[in-house]
Amino acid sequence: MQTRRDLLARSAALAALLAAGAAAPARAQSGGWNQAAFETKSVDESLKALGLAKPVESKDIVFTAPDIAENGAVVPIGVSTALPGVKRIAFLVEKNPTTLAGVFEFTDAVETSVKTRIKMGQTSNVLAVAITGDGKVLYAQKEVKVTLGGCGG
Amino acid sequence: MSDPMRIRAQVQGSGAVVRVLMSHDMETGLRKDAAGRPVPAWHIRDLSVTLNGAALLRARWGPSLSRNPYLQFGLKDAAGGDVIGVDWTDTRGARRHDETVIG
Repeated sequence: MQTRRDLLARSAALAALLAAGAAAPARAQSGGWNQAAFETKSVDESLKALGLAKPVESKDIVFTAPDIAENGAVVPIGVSTALPGVKRIAFLVEKNPTTLAGVFEFTDAVETSVKTRIKMGQTSNVLAVAITGDGKVLYAQKEVKVTLGGCGG
Repeated sequence: MSDPMRIRAQVQGSGAVVRVLMSHDMETGLRKDAAGRPVPAWHIRDLSVTLNGAALLRARWGPSLSRNPYLQFGLKDAAGGDVIGVDWTDTRGARRHDETVIG
């Protein structure tokens, strides 16, 4: 038998569900969130999960990172490139528990240049991979020595 | 609700430089708490930046971004008074929106 009480409980649950749905604008539905890519454990796997070809090293990507990072929890990195047509830049840390740190997508209104801070578990190569609109994949890399790891522990 | 982002946008030449400091723990999912239980991953995974409402830049992040993530980038064309908006969504579905006026 259906009591008034569980009817109320059910409609409350439904209302909460509707509210949650309404609060999510379509734009923020994180369409295209690539969970698989963020779980990869090597550079090759990451590139494959992102659907990218084997990258070619390029001198036109200016990648800045410290030679030695005393604190692996906060490693400042930056990349900028004057190459035309770069639409995306991905950061990969070769020896982190998960390789892919992040992917940035640029529109024509911004310079293809970004600075951020990442965590590193141990000394590793860090790659900045630039992807152009016509599918060229280029990269620059640098080894960062880490004195104190920043990935839990 | 998390703390507001700190956004600074300054005109530089014909463009502008935008700096954003977010407030988020960015748990990797690898850390253990005092009782030895793993702390589940919890991080910002989607970030979008707009100029007067038009898309500028989008980022997808894993847990390897530092706690309280920082982002700096440059705008090609901007004028004082334009509005920069930043939105993020984390892995628990929490979101935050903040704006600033380019100065």
